Amino acid sequence: MAGTLPPEAPLGTDEFLKGLWRENPVFVQVLGMCPALAVSNSARNALAMGLATLFVLLMSNLVISSLRRFVPREVRIATYILVIATFVTVVDYVIQAISLDLHKALGAFISLIVVNCLILGRAEAFASKHPLGQSALDALGMGVGFTAALFSLGAVREILGNGTLFGLSLFHEGFQPWVVMILPSGGFFTLAGWLLVFNVARERRTRVAATGTAEAAS
Amino acid sequence: MTGAPVLEAAPPPVWPMYRALVGVGLLCGLLIVSVFELTRPVIERNRAEALRRAIFEVLPGSESVATFRALGDAGFEPLAGEPGGARLVHAGFDSDGHLVGVALEASGMGYQDVIRLLYGYSFEREAVIGIRVLESRETPGLGDKIETDPDFLANFESLDVSLDAEGARILHPIEAVKRGAKEHPWQIDGITGATISSAAIADMLRRSTATWISRIHRNRADFQRGA
Repeated sequence: MAGTLPPEAPLGTDEFLKGLWRENPVFVQVLGMCPALAVSNSARNALAMGLATLFVLLMSNLVISSLRRFVPREVRIATYILVIATFVTVVDYVIQAISLDLHKALGAFISLIVVNCLILGRAEAFASKHPLGQSALDALGMGVGFTAALFSLGAVREILGNGTLFGLSLFHEGFQPWVVMILPSGGFFTLAGWLLVFNVARERRTRVAATGTAEAAS
Repeated sequence: MTGAPVLEAAPPPVWPMYRALVGVGLLCGLLIVSVFELTRPVIERNRAEALRRAIFEVLPGSESVATFRALGDAGFEPLAGEPGGARLVHAGFDSDGHLVGVALEASGMGYQDVIRLLYGYSFEREAVIGIRVLESRETPGLGDKIETDPDFLANFESLDVSLDAEGARILHPIEAVKRGAKEHPWQIDGITGATISSAAIADMLRRSTATWISRIHRNRADFQRGA
C-alpha cells in the first residue's frame, strides 16, 4: 500500500502559497460558492466565516492525513464527512461560547460548513495522499486564501451596499447605499468583478511570460 | 448468472471498513461530547448574561431583577428551580425596590425565520417601554434594521398599550404603519425596505400584549421583590 503513496517530499512553502493566489479556492478553483456568496454581505461575517472554515479545514486535513493508511477507499467519503461534521459541531459550540452575538450573525451558515466542497475537496485531493506536515500547510494556505477571498467579497459588498466597513460609516449622510449589493444578487456581481480582476491579471502574466521566453529564444 | 466476465477483484474485505467507520465514529462522538460538556457552562452563562442585559435594557432604570412563573390561569409566583415550561415574566426593580415594570418574551414569524424578542411593560405608563431582539435571522442590511435602526427603536420608548375601563382588553391594538405615517402612540413607524420584518414585530407584540397585559395588570401585587 505504502508504495502507491508519493514519496515524502520535504516541506515546501509552495503548499502554503498556492492556496493564496495561484490556486485560490474561490477566485481560481471557484469552490465553496455557497458560503462565499451567502455570508459575504458584511466584512465581519465574511471574516468570521473564513476563520471558522480555516479551522475546520485544518483540523479535518490533519485527522484525514493521519488516518490515510487506516481508512479503506470504499468508505473514505463517509469517514471524511464524519470527521468534517464533527469539527463543524465543535466550531459551533466554541463560537457560542465566545460570543452569542457572533453566533447570531452567522446563524445557519456555520452548520453549512459541512457541505463546503472546498473542505471535502482538500480531504479527497490532498490530505488523503500526503503526509501530515504538507496537509497542514495545504489547509492553512487554502484556508487563508478562502478567508481573504471572502473578506474581499464582504468588504466590497458592505461598503457599496451599506456605506460601512466593520460597521463604521465611511461616507457622509448623502450616500445612498446600493441595497442590491447586500442581497444575494450582489454576491454574484461582486464575485464576477473579482473573477474579472483575477483573470485579467493571470492573462497578463502568461503574456509577459510568453514574450519573455520568445525574446530569450531569439 | 452468466453476466459480464468477472474482471474486478474480489469484494473488498469488510473488517477494515467496519473498523474505520466505527473507530472514527467513536472518536468523533467522544470529541463532540467532550467539547459540549466543556463549553456548556460558558454557553449557559452567556445566555443568562445576555437575557439579564436585555432585561435591564427593556426596563430602563431597574437595578435588580426577579423572575416569576405564570400559574395555571391566574397569578404569578416567584420562580424557584427549573421553569418547567411555564411562561416566565421578569420583574425589574429600581434602587428603592419599587417595581419599574415587567419584561416578557414574544415571538413570531419574520421574513426568514422565527424572531424572538423581549419587551418591557411599565404599569405606570401603561406602555411598552423597550424591546430587544433576542434571536433573528432577518436579511443582513435590510431586515436586521429591526435591531439597529434608531428611528425604528424609538417607537418602543413609549408604545401605548393601555387597557379599557374593565381592564380586560387593550384599547388600541398595536399596529405597524408606513414610515413617517405614525399618528397615534400605539402605532409603529415601519422601516423602508424591511416592511415584513417590522410588521412581524408589530404583530408579535400585538398578540403577546393582548394575551398577557391585562392578566399582568390584574395581578400586579404578585410582583414583589424577594418574595
